[in-house]
Amino acid sequence: MISATDISKRYGAVQALQGVSLDLRPGEVVALVGDNGAGKSTLVKVIAGAVSPDSGGLVIDDRPVHVGTPHDAQRLGISTVYQDLALCENLDVVANLFLGSERRRLSILSHIRMERSARDLLTSLDVRIRDIRVPVAMLSGGQRQSVAIARALIGEPRLVILDEPTAALGVEQTAQVLDLIRRLRERGLAVLLISHNLADVRAVSDRVVVLRLGRNAGEFRTADASQESIVAAITGAAA
Amino acid sequence: MTNAATTVRKPYTPKEAVERLRHGDLGAWPVVGGLIAIAIVFGSLNEHFLSPENLTNLALQMAATGTISLGIIMVLLLGEIDLSAGSVSGLCAVVMAILSERMHWNPLLAILTALVAGALVGLLHGLMFTRIRMPSFVVTLAGLIGWQGLLLYLLGSGGIINLPFDGFVAKLSDTWLPSWLAWTVTAALVTVYAASGLIGRRLRIAADLPVTATWWPVAKVGGLAIVLAGSVLVMSADRGVPLLLVIFGGLVVVLDLVLRHTAFGRWMYAVGGNVEAARRAGIGVTRIRVLAFVLSSVLAAFGGILAASRLSAVNQGSGGSDILLMAIAAAVIGGTSLFGGRGRTYAALLGILVIQSITNGMYLLSVDSSVRYMVTAAVLALAVAIDSLARRGSTT
Ligand SMILES: Nc1ncnc2c1ncn2[C@@H]1O[C@H](COP(=O)(O)OP(=O)(O)OP(=O)(O)O)[C@@H](O)[C@H]1O
Ligand SMILES: [Mg+2]
Repeated sequence: MISATDISKRYGAVQALQGVSLDLRPGEVVALVGDNGAGKSTLVKVIAGAVSPDSGGLVIDDRPVHVGTPHDAQRLGISTVYQDLALCENLDVVANLFLGSERRRLSILSHIRMERSARDLLTSLDVRIRDIRVPVAMLSGGQRQSVAIARALIGEPRLVILDEPTAALGVEQTAQVLDLIRRLRERGLAVLLISHNLADVRAVSDRVVVLRLGRNAGEFRTADASQESIVAAITGAAA
Repeated sequence: MTNAATTVRKPYTPKEAVERLRHGDLGAWPVVGGLIAIAIVFGSLNEHFLSPENLTNLALQMAATGTISLGIIMVLLLGEIDLSAGSVSGLCAVVMAILSERMHWNPLLAILTALVAGALVGLLHGLMFTRIRMPSFVVTLAGLIGWQGLLLYLLGSGGIINLPFDGFVAKLSDTWLPSWLAWTVTAALVTVYAASGLIGRRLRIAADLPVTATWWPVAKVGGLAIVLAGSVLVMSADRGVPLLLVIFGGLVVVLDLVLRHTAFGRWMYAVGGNVEAARRAGIGVTRIRVLAFVLSSVLAAFGGILAASRLSAVNQGSGGSDILLMAIAAAVIGGTSLFGGRGRTYAALLGILVIQSITNGMYLLSVDSSVRYMVTAAVLALAVAIDSLARRGSTT
């Protein structure tokens, strides 16, 4: 289990996070919701090592760990898919999947080994791309998002963080990506999903964690919670 | 060869083919078409244009500017520009000439030192670009002016250094491969190309990866054999294959292999395609950028030395005039994108071939250089238009 405990972060006059805690378990999709400026992205950046908190920290399997840089987080098995896709459109799918962690022998790229693993990975995720050697520029938005998510799995992580993965997608492509998220859960990964779309959240998550003005403002089992109670927690109407 | 278990990459449907065209996946075909058009036009206007002697001259004329163009491609791939390549080529040629002629160094050592000087110049450009974050345009514009100044200073009042005709450097451009050697090299190249294709195909099939239909690699090997054999045949009918062409061709091939088959090359393309993505993937963007500028200047230096060899001299005009512009134009005409991340080293070869053919053909027709400039400009504009349209296609 990966937990963020009692995280606080202040940006100048803005208290972005105030004593926020979050538990992430293997094989569970947790949706992080909240209004604009609630602190979702800040929390994600803390977990991903992109921002260091003023207090609080990460605990992995009951042991406190230090995450100072994104690299530390990756080493601990935390992989993040940012909102802007961070793919190289001029490179093909294989190259993008292995970008920065190319398989090579004597500094020569192992094209075949990488293409083979890329194909196996995409097949296991049921991502359908006709030719994985075409530049990413030629793929649809949903396919690109799928590649970006698949890319997060290359380092065999235990937690995958997705920041607004369906924000720019149409209905059908959103369904594709939600399916992909379910498959991550089936693989036994912990998934943290940030979304403004409650329909998506209800469709795919097991648990919903609500942030409001930088604090924990409620936690629901998705199956038991009504849309109204979640919305109330987001807006603070319940208080 | 047809194995039931083999997955064959299906040919593209017409719709997908159009899609690929719209995304600028034209490869080298527009340039090859242009070259054929040039050959037909000039060949019919002047019977001397396609003669072995003239084509061999053409091969000889390409090497120096082509090598500089290779360096330009290294920075264009990152979406940057190197305006200093001409001046650096002249400067390093002068360094080489001073060391070998005025100070009587061993010519090889002089060449090596000049290349190191080029590397230092590139390092300086790269550091100014990455550390001080000056735009590459400005850094290398300063270089264009400054290194030209240093060249004039080093040459001093003499203004010219002649290289002895029988010296090592001058000999570089007056060495011709004997016919048996040219044919051996050709056969070796075709064999290696075919063998590597065959092995790659076997490995792909063994890994259960899709392969193209059999006729495609066969056609590629055949095409290479025909082009190489044709070139050797033509040039052997004159003085033989010039060593200079072999050097330039070797650089093109080696750099292409490095760009496509090493992590360094992959990262060059990644940085050119999306810097932010490259950075997040843990790629040392700064190091790649500095290395690209170093490569650019070293190749410029080497091109300058080849030019000095052709001229058997260095003078105040070394690396000046339109060399830089032709080198950039060649890279772009050959299909290197100005927006970064797209292009191969063969662009230098094809692009310089186009430019030199036009220059050479117009010269044979005794057309004024004013017309030559305008025609070259039109070709360049066309190449950039194709690039821009391709880019628009890929972002919508
Ligand atoms: N780098 C920063 N510098 C200063 N203030 C910041 C910075 N990053 C975030 N903030 C502030 O912290 C608060 C929380 O921001 P955060 O981006 O985490 O919210 P969010 O929940 O992700 O919002 P959204 O739904 O709009 O993405 C906001 O008030 C924001 O203005
Ligand atoms: Mg946010």
